[in-house]
Amino acid sequence: MGAVVGTLTMQTKQRRPSRDKADDDLEMTMVCHRPEGLDQLEAQTNFSKRELQVLYRGFKNECPSGVVNEDTFKQIYSQFFPHGDASTYAHYLFNAFDTGHTGSIKFEDFVTALSILLRGSVTEKLQWTFNLYDINRDGYINKEEMTDIVRAIYDMMGKYTYPVLKTDAPKQHVDAFFQKMDKNRDGVVTLDEFILSCQEDENIMRSLQLFENVI
Amino acid sequence: MAAGVATWLPFARAAAVGWLPLAKKTMPKPPVDNSSRSDEILYVNVSGVRFQTWKNTLDRYPDTLLGSSEKEFFYNEDTQEYFFDRDPEMFRHILNFYRTGRLHYPRHECIQAFDEELAFFGIVPEIIGDCCMEEYRDRKKENQERLAEDTEANEASDAPLPPHSTSRERLWRAFENPHTSTMALVFYYVTGFFIAVSVIANVVETVPCRPPKGSVKDLPCGEKYQLAFFCMDTACVLIFTFEYLMRLFAAPSRCKFMRSVMSVIDVVAIMPYYIGLVMPENEDVSGAFVTLRVFRVFRIFKFSRHSQGLRILGYTLKSCASELGFLLFSLTMAIIIFATVMFYAEKGTKGSTFTSIPASFWYTIVTMTTLGYGDMVPNTIAGKIFGSICSLSGVLVIALPVPVIVSNFSRIYHQNQRADKMRAQQKVRLARIRMAKKGTANAFLQYKEGRAIGARDSDSTALCVKNRSAFEHQHNHLLHCLEKTTNHEFTDELTYSELCMTESVGFRTSRSTSLSSQQGAQNNSTGCCPRRARRRAAMRLANSTVSVSRGSVQELDTLHIKTTSIPPQTRSSLNAEPGDLKLNCGEQDFTAAIISIPTPPANTPDESLPPSPAPIPGILRNTRATAYTHETVKISSL
Repeated sequence: MGAVVGTLTMQTKQRRPSRDKADDDLEMTMVCHRPEGLDQLEAQTNFSKRELQVLYRGFKNECPSGVVNEDTFKQIYSQFFPHGDASTYAHYLFNAFDTGHTGSIKFEDFVTALSILLRGSVTEKLQWTFNLYDINRDGYINKEEMTDIVRAIYDMMGKYTYPVLKTDAPKQHVDAFFQKMDKNRDGVVTLDEFILSCQEDENIMRSLQLFENVI
Repeated sequence: MAAGVATWLPFARAAAVGWLPLAKKTMPKPPVDNSSRSDEILYVNVSGVRFQTWKNTLDRYPDTLLGSSEKEFFYNEDTQEYFFDRDPEMFRHILNFYRTGRLHYPRHECIQAFDEELAFFGIVPEIIGDCCMEEYRDRKKENQERLAEDTEANEASDAPLPPHSTSRERLWRAFENPHTSTMALVFYYVTGFFIAVSVIANVVETVPCRPPKGSVKDLPCGEKYQLAFFCMDTACVLIFTFEYLMRLFAAPSRCKFMRSVMSVIDVVAIMPYYIGLVMPENEDVSGAFVTLRVFRVFRIFKFSRHSQGLRILGYTLKSCASELGFLLFSLTMAIIIFATVMFYAEKGTKGSTFTSIPASFWYTIVTMTTLGYGDMVPNTIAGKIFGSICSLSGVLVIALPVPVIVSNFSRIYHQNQRADKMRAQQKVRLARIRMAKKGTANAFLQYKEGRAIGARDSDSTALCVKNRSAFEHQHNHLLHCLEKTTNHEFTDELTYSELCMTESVGFRTSRSTSLSSQQGAQNNSTGCCPRRARRRAAMRLANSTVSVSRGSVQELDTLHIKTTSIPPQTRSSLNAEPGDLKLNCGEQDFTAAIISIPTPPANTPDESLPPSPAPIPGILRNTRATAYTHETVKISSL
């Protein structure tokens, strides 16, 4: 008899702490965010109502709570690059999207960034890209920041590349980039230098037009 | 591709704008998306129940029936809807999968019906959500086992003998499945009968019979009717020996048979008889001989061939051996403790039966199992107190582990099964996920190949293009942009290892073109040539085959990389010459099968590459570009 009671109490004790944790988790996921009205978003971005609807439906389906946190973002982005490790680049991308530095991307951030990238002017796109590269948001891109970004991009390629990836490939890439962009050779690239250099490059200008039909 | 990723593809593509300033090459053209942009509602009629959903919802999973063009086969022009003649109840779950991204298994449904629906709609069961996965697995396993049992039973009973089976195989089959033929059945029952007879004879042997005339003492029947028992024993042993030899002959793997438990039991059952025959009627050894007769009782275990229940019992005992061991260990501990205590408590008394600690073991065991024979009782007060504690704790020590063992056994047994299953399935799952990943990776490589081929032959490209969904096109375009940004291409593992390990050098059939390209590249600092020249290229003897790799790629791509180890002195000297990116192509000297490309050392490779078995390593410097015809030349070119 005592044996039976003993075994029963043993089992219930184990279950209790996990139930408390589960309750806490449940509360946290209830945080919800609703975006501003459709009209406001239409005014703020360059998308039509239809497009915003499609975007929001997709967004809401993936993130019912209305926000994307960094881990989910990394997961989603990594699925597009199965060859390598996209988490570092996804981190930088997340920071670029999360303009308010809140730690999560809401639908407004998402749609604003997409609006710039897909429907914005050349200057706006380049400015967004500059912000992406400028990790510490000090207005200058220095070599370390650029190396981090480039290394993150090369990480996405994975191990099996042709030609074989050298460990100094990012560094050389960064050197070539600075060669081109840093006009006054002061070791950092400012926004004006960046925009100027990009506008001089035909390839970049042409490529910028490529991504307009994504939505 | 996994759940709902299709929704995020536009965002990933938009984010590719961030690569543009870094790109070394121009970006490829995006695929033309001819499909209508506006989202529409689709009507799906499943046996009369109408479902409506956005087209985007279904497009999320392009590798399923509803997400691909396969659903067009079910389109009904008259009613402008997709008609499926399937179960609407099941379809509800399928559609929910598209909506929520998670597939749930409805517990009340039959597992096979569910599987069939999944198979029809092209959904792999692996993506069932974790909430329902265990239930699904359990039901599936149960079902499979049941089916397996049924088929086994069917096979066992009335499967016809395979033709052209040797007599040996037939004999083995007869032994294993007695129901197959009448002869086997007869043999089966005969052996069973003789086992019973033998066991009963062993037992009756020891029963005291009435003494023969002229004696007072009771005699065991074995000695009274010695001859009769001996004859019976002989007959039984003969039958058993015959059976054993037949089994040994018929067994497909004799070693395995001889190691099996049943054969050991058989041997042990018949050995005493033969040993008894061989041994002389000696006083000294007859004691040992008597002991041997004990082993005759093992004949009763031969019944396990005839009884399924015995086999199950044996298997159960074997499987919970560790729990039993724990019980035994805890009992031993308790016995030793109490025996010691009782011994010292009763030490003083006169005429105490607790003569030693081992002698007290007997008391402890009898008391703890609540037997209480009464042959040993404590006399002192302390002894009585400890004796009562012993008997009380005996109840606990024995009764407590038993239910725990029973529940532990059942829990651990099932858990282990589940854990092993999950581990095995995890491996399989991971392997499948890896394969799927590789599949997507391979899909991109295939797309690239298709593109390369397509450059030459537009007809086949058109076909290939049509077979891929818009999602795939866009995804491949995205990966292509990444390639152009970094100026490296994706390859698969095999090619990569080829690149690293191969020793042969491939070169273009037209060396003039390669020369010119190299010289041209000399002047182009951002061209591919200097970068690609910064590799270690290896040269082989003339008998190496010319391998032209990847016909569609540029000349220097054909250089295979060999990983070599460079002797330190040369490395330091190479280090001393930094930064010279120019390819010194002027000093090339081509022989029949060797290209020597004197490449200048620039940066030291800091990765340590494994040494490869090269016959005669020689290091080529850039100023002394001569072709070695009889040596393998390793060029450190960086």
